[in-house]
Amino acid sequence: MLIDPAPVPLITSRPALAVVGPGIDLQSSFTSTLEGFGLSQGTAHLLWLPLPMLLVLVAAVIGVLVNVWLERKISAAVQQRIGPEYAGALGVLQPMADGLKLLFKEDVIPHRADGLLFTLGPVLVLVPVILSWLVVPFGQNLLISDVGIGVFLWIALSSIQPIGLLMSGYASNNKYSLLGGLRAAAQSISYEIPLALAVLAVVMMSNSLSTVDIVNQQSGAGILSWNIWRQPVGFLIFWICALAECERLPFDLPEAEEELVAGYQTEYAGMKFALFYLGSYINLVLSALLVAVLYLGGWGFPFPVEWLAGALGQSVDAPLVQVITGSLGIVMTVLKAYLLVFIAILLRWTLPRVRIDQLLDLGWKFLLPIALVNLLVTAGLKLAFPAFFGG
Amino acid sequence: MTIASVTQLVCFIALSLTLVLGALGVVLLPNIVYSAFLLAGVFLSVAGLYLLLNASFVAAAQVLVYVGAVNVLILFAIMLVNKKEAMAEIPGLLLRRVLSGGVCLGLFLLILRVDLTTPWAVPGPTPLGDDSTVLIGIHLFSDYLLPFELASVLLLMAMIGAIVLARRDVFSSDVITGEAADQGLIEKERTPLLLESTAGETTLLEKV
Repeated sequence: MLIDPAPVPLITSRPALAVVGPGIDLQSSFTSTLEGFGLSQGTAHLLWLPLPMLLVLVAAVIGVLVNVWLERKISAAVQQRIGPEYAGALGVLQPMADGLKLLFKEDVIPHRADGLLFTLGPVLVLVPVILSWLVVPFGQNLLISDVGIGVFLWIALSSIQPIGLLMSGYASNNKYSLLGGLRAAAQSISYEIPLALAVLAVVMMSNSLSTVDIVNQQSGAGILSWNIWRQPVGFLIFWICALAECERLPFDLPEAEEELVAGYQTEYAGMKFALFYLGSYINLVLSALLVAVLYLGGWGFPFPVEWLAGALGQSVDAPLVQVITGSLGIVMTVLKAYLLVFIAILLRWTLPRVRIDQLLDLGWKFLLPIALVNLLVTAGLKLAFPAFFGG
Repeated sequence: MTIASVTQLVCFIALSLTLVLGALGVVLLPNIVYSAFLLAGVFLSVAGLYLLLNASFVAAAQVLVYVGAVNVLILFAIMLVNKKEAMAEIPGLLLRRVLSGGVCLGLFLLILRVDLTTPWAVPGPTPLGDDSTVLIGIHLFSDYLLPFELASVLLLMAMIGAIVLARRDVFSSDVITGEAADQGLIEKERTPLLLESTAGETTLLEKV
């Protein structure tokens, strides 16, 4: 308007950050194999599409089972108990038993509750969380879809969740549920802002919202190039906010037993309660995975695999080396995520719960200004040292 | 027809149907809570339409701002004041409904006429896809800088206004009515919740 609209430089391709080789591309090999059998390209693609989705869905659910078992075992260790022992070796089948129990329980809809909203609430809590797994990368090509808006999609989707919480809180026709739902929504909104600002600082350094680009930007020198060294404050802000978004214990105000019975979950039983349960654990694993992706180098090994392959005299593009690095990438991502889950569980069983005013003070008066300062400092450092903070 | 185009058509029909029916529901349903939840559905289907137009950044922003912020605030307001009492009888409700319906119908006919008389360029310009995020940023910081900054000043004004209205201890009289401010609403210094009970503790200790 004021400035003469100069020809805008069109950026047609992503910044070429890829230090790593292209990696295994399962999709292209799958479709080309099917095309070899005489199928059309469209049909081959259509047959491919559900596979990664199903795989990630199964991975998410298995992640929850592992998580429940860990929670039981670690809490037992913290409290000097033994924990589940008889269901399978070391009680590994205990989460299955929990799930089966919930599956067979009676599905109660309280009298004078709003049946439609009561059913829709848990679904609205669970679906956005599962959709967010779309952008979690386990390797260069090992993700459902490398959408350009990457982490922004996750932030946008996680903002749908409070509506589901409000819906279930309102529909239960119970004052504890309504208070729990309102608290959950307030908490979720307050902590979303510092969370987004912390992510923004990382995005600023990697010049891209895509999770794959963010990991590639951290893959120069192994553990030394991970974002945690360049964004220590951002890492802490993100972790605190992620715990608050998951309603984990230091911040589990919405379901504080002593005050609100069980918050918005009070009236729920059976499979609808299981949906809340699933949603909260899937969200915890998802948050841990995203911390690993944003700050801990994603699928990167503590020292670059290229150096290792070079030292052993192997080419990075050799098929066997690619399979090994690909599997190593998945193992590293899951390992980092579960290390963070372990810390979250340990926090849950050691820390007391904060009060609601302390929670809101922490979010608005401490984390938000710190996150803004962190963003400003990152921008300044990026201008001053473009080599270290992404040019 | 390829699989992609069929999928696109099905998605478009489904999204448009939810959009239109949801919008009608927002206006016509007597239960205000249902209206607010349906509004979230309407916003989500608009985001879906943006996705069909290959504008993924705008779609995500729509979800974040309208569903995550605006709609949640509307729901908050409804749930904090929902006292479940019958609303007072409004005189001439039928006439009001007919009049507002007429105005809406007129606007709809106007839009329909614009839609039918405009020579639309079919197919439209090629979508940019993921590069649109970068382009939006460049435009916001070059040729749309002034509107962008003006919008931020507007938001700042709204925020300061909200703080002044909420913190009544700033003025001794009410801003709107001019009457003396209700002293009960003024924020007080926080009093400690747990009373000091050192005397009781010492006696207990002495007993032990």
